[in-house]
Amino acid sequence: MPSLCWGLLRLGSVLGVSCLALSSLVQLTAAAKNFEDVRCKCICPPYKDNPGHIYNKNISQKDCDCLHVVDPMPVLGPDVEAYCLRCECKYEERSSVTIKVTIIIYLSILGLLLLYMVYLTLVEPILKRRLFGHSQLIQSEDDIGDHQPFANAHDVLARSRSRPNVLNKVEYAQQRWKLQVQEQRKSVFDRHVVLS
Amino acid sequence: MDFLEEPIPGVGTYDDFNTIDWVREKSRDRDRHREITNRSKESTWALIHSVSDAFSGWLLMLLIGLLSGSLAGLIDISAHWMTDLKEGICTEGFWFNHEHCCWNSQQVTFEDRDKCPEWNSWSQLIINMDEGAFAYIVNYFMYVLWALLFAFLAVSLVKVFAPYACGSGIPEIKTILSGFIIRGYLGKWTLIIKTITLVLAVSSGLSLGKEGPLVHVACCCGNILCHCFNKYRENEAKRREVLSAAAAAGVSVAFGAPIGGVLFSLEEVSYYFPLKTLWRSFFAALVAAFTLRSINPFGNSRLVLFYVEFHTPWHLFELVPFILLGIFGGLWGALFIRTNIAWCRKRKTTQLGKYPVIEVLIVTAITAILAFPNEYTRMSTSELISELFNDCGLLDSSKLCDYKNLSNTSKSGELPDRPAGAGVSSAMWQLALTLILKIVITIFTFGMKIPSGLFIPSMAVGAIAGRLLGVGMEQLAYHHRDWTIFNSWCSQGADCITPGLYAMVGAAACLGGVTRMTVSLVVIMFELTGGLEYIVPLMAAAMTSKWVADALGREGIYDAHIRLNGYPFLEAKEEFAHKTLAMDVMKPRRNDPLLTVLTQDSMTVEDVETIISETTYSGFPVVVSRESQRLVGFVLRRDLIISIENARKEQDGVVSTSIIYFTEHSPPVPPYTAPTLKLRNILDLSPFTVTDLTPMEIVVDIFRKLGLRQCLVTHNGRLLGIITKKDVLKHIAQMANQDPDSILFN
Repeated sequence: MPSLCWGLLRLGSVLGVSCLALSSLVQLTAAAKNFEDVRCKCICPPYKDNPGHIYNKNISQKDCDCLHVVDPMPVLGPDVEAYCLRCECKYEERSSVTIKVTIIIYLSILGLLLLYMVYLTLVEPILKRRLFGHSQLIQSEDDIGDHQPFANAHDVLARSRSRPNVLNKVEYAQQRWKLQVQEQRKSVFDRHVVLS
Repeated sequence: MDFLEEPIPGVGTYDDFNTIDWVREKSRDRDRHREITNRSKESTWALIHSVSDAFSGWLLMLLIGLLSGSLAGLIDISAHWMTDLKEGICTEGFWFNHEHCCWNSQQVTFEDRDKCPEWNSWSQLIINMDEGAFAYIVNYFMYVLWALLFAFLAVSLVKVFAPYACGSGIPEIKTILSGFIIRGYLGKWTLIIKTITLVLAVSSGLSLGKEGPLVHVACCCGNILCHCFNKYRENEAKRREVLSAAAAAGVSVAFGAPIGGVLFSLEEVSYYFPLKTLWRSFFAALVAAFTLRSINPFGNSRLVLFYVEFHTPWHLFELVPFILLGIFGGLWGALFIRTNIAWCRKRKTTQLGKYPVIEVLIVTAITAILAFPNEYTRMSTSELISELFNDCGLLDSSKLCDYKNLSNTSKSGELPDRPAGAGVSSAMWQLALTLILKIVITIFTFGMKIPSGLFIPSMAVGAIAGRLLGVGMEQLAYHHRDWTIFNSWCSQGADCITPGLYAMVGAAACLGGVTRMTVSLVVIMFELTGGLEYIVPLMAAAMTSKWVADALGREGIYDAHIRLNGYPFLEAKEEFAHKTLAMDVMKPRRNDPLLTVLTQDSMTVEDVETIISETTYSGFPVVVSRESQRLVGFVLRRDLIISIENARKEQDGVVSTSIIYFTEHSPPVPPYTAPTLKLRNILDLSPFTVTDLTPMEIVVDIFRKLGLRQCLVTHNGRLLGIITKKDVLKHIAQMANQDPDSILFN
């Protein structure tokens, strides 16, 4: 019964998160239609003495034609129709808010990752050496032995017991992750066994 | 004492780099489903549980589609921005790329549509000049610098955080979907790093694409979201169904082709593809495409950058150049595969593989330095392809559309064939140089330690070749209109030849030659163009290129990489045509020691532990007794280890002299002896057996169709030996005169 409750709780939370994501997406796309993000672009080729010109106007789709957009009209009277027939008008829409938010999200994730990378490669070994001394550093690296086949079994059994201390848990998870990455690095870069 | 009805945690899971047991996983899922259905009749709560269990698959597909679509939108928008960052920056808001910076500008002229005062190139920002030799040098220098910076960041992030994020990902996903386990390959760190570094790699101007990595990203999303649902978290076979659907969603957002995505997953990536997966994949692909469309990365609600809309008809005599393009595609595909595999093998075995970061930097430097002078290599490959696919209208200002306008047409729609102007001739030379550069540099780029895809570079090579041929045909038709072939179809003033169509057909031919896709390629290309009229040329080119490429080399690029890495992938498409028997392949061979077996009721815990530590087999058959060798079942090494460890810790009295019983009922324990350990629940009571005289054709077929890991061999009812999947693969390799020792892993 407790597993059923957990399963339903998980399902409910997933549904909630997905509804939230969907609604924010809808809001984002709806709010994105601010005035400057719609335009009608008319490209008019050279005609008689007039050089070619491109006209832009922030106008809705029903008004997107040569007569509304080309302003001031370079030709007079009966030539207007001939001029407008050559022009090609297209309605375009974009969402500048989406672009801005996406780029800022991307740059912040990239920045965080770079900071973490600098911390892992440069800062942490210096800190560890200062706090624990040189000998203990070597010992902790030796502990990461390859005691196959029992290593994975230990891992599986240990995971089933609960560790009450939160900080311990974080430290333990980080150690395990570092081990995994080291194994991956060995397979890919050193032994060239996977992904060569 | 009867104990532990609930399974010990860890029993039934698999070690890293091992193959799953499809039969066991499928039967476990059926048991679970049967239990839920039976319980649903008891109470309303159980009924709700059974309904939600049935519904969970569809909810999972919806979530996968949403997440893949959003990530693809993020990747597209960021890649566009960072590619343009190499050339300059927008003063209106640094997050706009070149096109969007000049979007609202009123100072764009007809002749020079790219320039607007809001967009400043680096020379303008640094030395305040835009024209001249010094500005050119500053721009060149900044371009190369940004390219190197992006590539360096990409490879460092991959090396430090997620080494599995490099490469394309499709060969490994094929292997995973056939039943192999690579832990961490579809994990959350791989997902994050692959997304971030894919943008960096594409923006650095290297000759690679993002379609293959997008499939990997989508499969990571699928794998991560599986953890929310019990049904998929615990069962490896069900999870692979979800991954097939996620792969379809990945291709769907890469190309804007949902149906093509499903067919790609069916043809290239998946191993087993039941009908239920077909419908679910389609749903996931549609949701992903819809999500991407609502994020609208390209404006105008288009899904892909090179969506073309022309519908000009083609003529029958044009089949000859289309078939020529197919032959070119096949030749290029075979050449590329051979050279790329040779280079990757060199990277794997020699000193070159020890310096991945330096290798990436050198290749990026060479690419950037050679790419900047030529405008067609300087622009991103997707933009190049979209320009090549474009049919020239009167209002296009690109160099490729610089034709001499002789007649006075008032419509800007259908244009007749026109003679080439100076712009077109110089564009042809530049395109020819681009073609050579791309052909050479892609060989060294694919397979480096950054996320790299192959679709866009192949399409670029094909599109350039196609466009060159198309413009050649167009000029031939214009200047020699009196020849018989052109006379009947191309009258004066008619729009006879469309070079954009040749570019499309060329792109399809080259992509088909490299990947050996058939149906999925044609469907993707016609979903890209929206024109049912062009199916016949696309099919002709795709078939020709596949035949030519198959004549020169058996495998596509992904199968070749699987073989290079030695993954245990049993190819499902080829026939096994030799007359060997099961006893020629089984282990132990004639001079080897006898098969290591466990007996059902006479081994102690210590004996079993000795056997486990002395051997490396992943499983042991269990027999009635060593004399009779009558088979009881098969037990896996990992389950044995976990059960024994657990029993030593949890149960009292189990020591090294305790006897292990695999039987239904153990005899009563006499006093003053150690209690027994019952391990019947981890024993597989229905292992597959064949006799020793079974032909290997049938054995290989059984392995393929049922997804077995091992098969026991009996003779006159007595257990004789074992055939594992690795033995089958080595045997196939030996029969094909390849090195059997290249098959690694279990």
